[in-house]
Amino acid sequence: MNLPGGISRRGLFLKLAVLFNALVGIILAVPIVRYIFSPMIRQRRPGYASWISLGSLNNFPAGETRLATYRNPVVNPWDGVTADIACWVRHVDTENFQVFAINCAHLWCPVRWFPQSSLFMCPCHGGVYYADGSRAAGPPERGLFQYSYKVEGDSLFIKAGEMPTPTLAANIKPGGPRCA
Amino acid sequence: MRLIANIADWFDRRVQLGGPIRETLEHPVPRQAASWFYVFGSAALTVFVLQIVTGILLATVYVPAAGQAWDSLQVLNREVTLGWFIRALHGWGSNFMVAIVFIHMVQVFLFGAFKFPRELTWLAGVFLLLMTLGMAFSGQVLRFDQDAYWGLGIGAAVSSRIPLVGPWLVSSLLGGPIIAGATLSRFFALHVFVIPGILIAIVGLHVLLVLKLGINEWPRPGRPVSRETYLREYRELTRKEGEPFVPDAVWKDVVFSGFILLSIAACALYFGPIGPGGQPNPTIIQTVPRPDFFFLWLYAVLSLLPSSLETPAMLIGPAIAVLVLLALPFVSGEGEKSWRRRPMAVLIVMLAVVAFGTLTDVARDAPWSPVMDAWSGEPIPAKYLTKRTALERQGALVFQAKQCHNCHALDGKGGQRGPALDAVAVRLTHDQLIRQVIQGGGNMPAYGKNLSPAETNALVGFLETLHPAGQAAAQDASRRHTHETNAAPSSSPPR
Repeated sequence: MNLPGGISRRGLFLKLAVLFNALVGIILAVPIVRYIFSPMIRQRRPGYASWISLGSLNNFPAGETRLATYRNPVVNPWDGVTADIACWVRHVDTENFQVFAINCAHLWCPVRWFPQSSLFMCPCHGGVYYADGSRAAGPPERGLFQYSYKVEGDSLFIKAGEMPTPTLAANIKPGGPRCA
Repeated sequence: MRLIANIADWFDRRVQLGGPIRETLEHPVPRQAASWFYVFGSAALTVFVLQIVTGILLATVYVPAAGQAWDSLQVLNREVTLGWFIRALHGWGSNFMVAIVFIHMVQVFLFGAFKFPRELTWLAGVFLLLMTLGMAFSGQVLRFDQDAYWGLGIGAAVSSRIPLVGPWLVSSLLGGPIIAGATLSRFFALHVFVIPGILIAIVGLHVLLVLKLGINEWPRPGRPVSRETYLREYRELTRKEGEPFVPDAVWKDVVFSGFILLSIAACALYFGPIGPGGQPNPTIIQTVPRPDFFFLWLYAVLSLLPSSLETPAMLIGPAIAVLVLLALPFVSGEGEKSWRRRPMAVLIVMLAVVAFGTLTDVARDAPWSPVMDAWSGEPIPAKYLTKRTALERQGALVFQAKQCHNCHALDGKGGQRGPALDAVAVRLTHDQLIRQVIQGGGNMPAYGKNLSPAETNALVGFLETLHPAGQAAAQDASRRHTHETNAAPSSSPPR
């Protein structure tokens, strides 16, 4: 039986059935896509970063640069050692600090501090940085990434929780807010 | 025997696939195409099957959780009976697979097999190549050690440079804010479900196309492909010179596949499983991350490119390379097939082989990386210390203590990031040495703030002694003149 316009009854039902399934597909696709991109959604709101203590100020003598480690604030029970993150703390003087990400600004290999020559060196592609984190030599286009920090009581806190990227770093004031 | 034939017959009356399968196996192929050059595709398929089998076996023990993956690899290597061998087969199978897929592509390119009507076969092949590399990288991640951890960091760092979406892409890739459990789980899903699924589908299409369109005939110079006549010519060829694929042509494929499997087993037995290296603990920074063999060339490219070119090259370069590969059968779908009449094709292959080979070779030494322990682990050769003044020896001490040795080699030992200094005094005068040490430049950090005047003085004193015997140190002509005029009055000192 043909309806006006030359469409058969069964042809119309098929089209409606396909349309119905397209709708069902969209209803299912929305949660699936949100699930896949959930890390991104979480990143925008509420964000990953929070204030973490790096321990007592006594661990960081003035004028020296020391390695510090912290447990990432966003963590799964099965993350194991991968959630332990290292960073370099430079105690400039009194309450002035610089806290550098461990990652070279080039391709994120871990930089090492050499107190004798006051340089950070990267083992991968040969990036070198001065004591204040500024670029000295090699392929990096910028200095080391820095964390915001604050001093509360006897402890040094940094705002951390996410791998550093150039875009993120642009939003961080190096040095950060200072509270007594 | 009769019982087996009866059972087979019983099944075939129901599934009715015997006829089509027989027809497929016995389809005629041009006699000259039954060649030892035509065995790489089937060998890649064989290795892929080996990877599936060994992969499933590994999955019965491997734990895809960041906290336990490394331990489960240790259990496989040391405790599970022959676990080390299955790991070794899978690891070496992956190396062989990447190599065979590349060789297959080169052969297909040189034999003009991508031309009409086999364009889609080539396109499917390009995607198979990309998926194979995807398997290689994700597999390296599942071997969850320090190299895997920092390799992921490099992947994330490259993604982070993509304008606008960079940081979002990083957190989607990592499955969270840092490289951790969610990252490994994502790569596990990719390596075990997503990419193999795509691979199986495209391999199906690829093989189907080879069967439908027929294997590429042996290219003869002076017989160009034309869209109007090719199909008729190919039919003629297989009718006149054809021989059945099974058994006349296939035996070479079978022999070569067996040889490859045996080679993989031999490598697995001799070299053993690949890794895992140190624990994926980001607080252990005494590490020198290196990529697996087939990504070494990339490691070299990322070190040698000028930094201004790096981001464009990283982001646009791969896209251009893939586009060129995809466009090839459409740009050059007709014409000569034989490599004898396609000098550009031969040159491109030679250039690519030389470029990849050189970059890989350079990356094995990685002269751009400082040798992080040369300052404490590589002593200054004794010949550079004998017959030196106290000041010069003090300078040698400064040279070690200030990590100069990490980047500068002496007598072939130490870093190669900067020039070797065995004859530096011939190249640079006293003043130039001081300037270079204090101001740096030419990829050397400035040491002005990190050396006291006394240390600089001693260091330069030591460097000035570094010249071959019989070859004088460089001297500033004007300085020599001043020295001589200053020295003249006291040339005959009072006794």
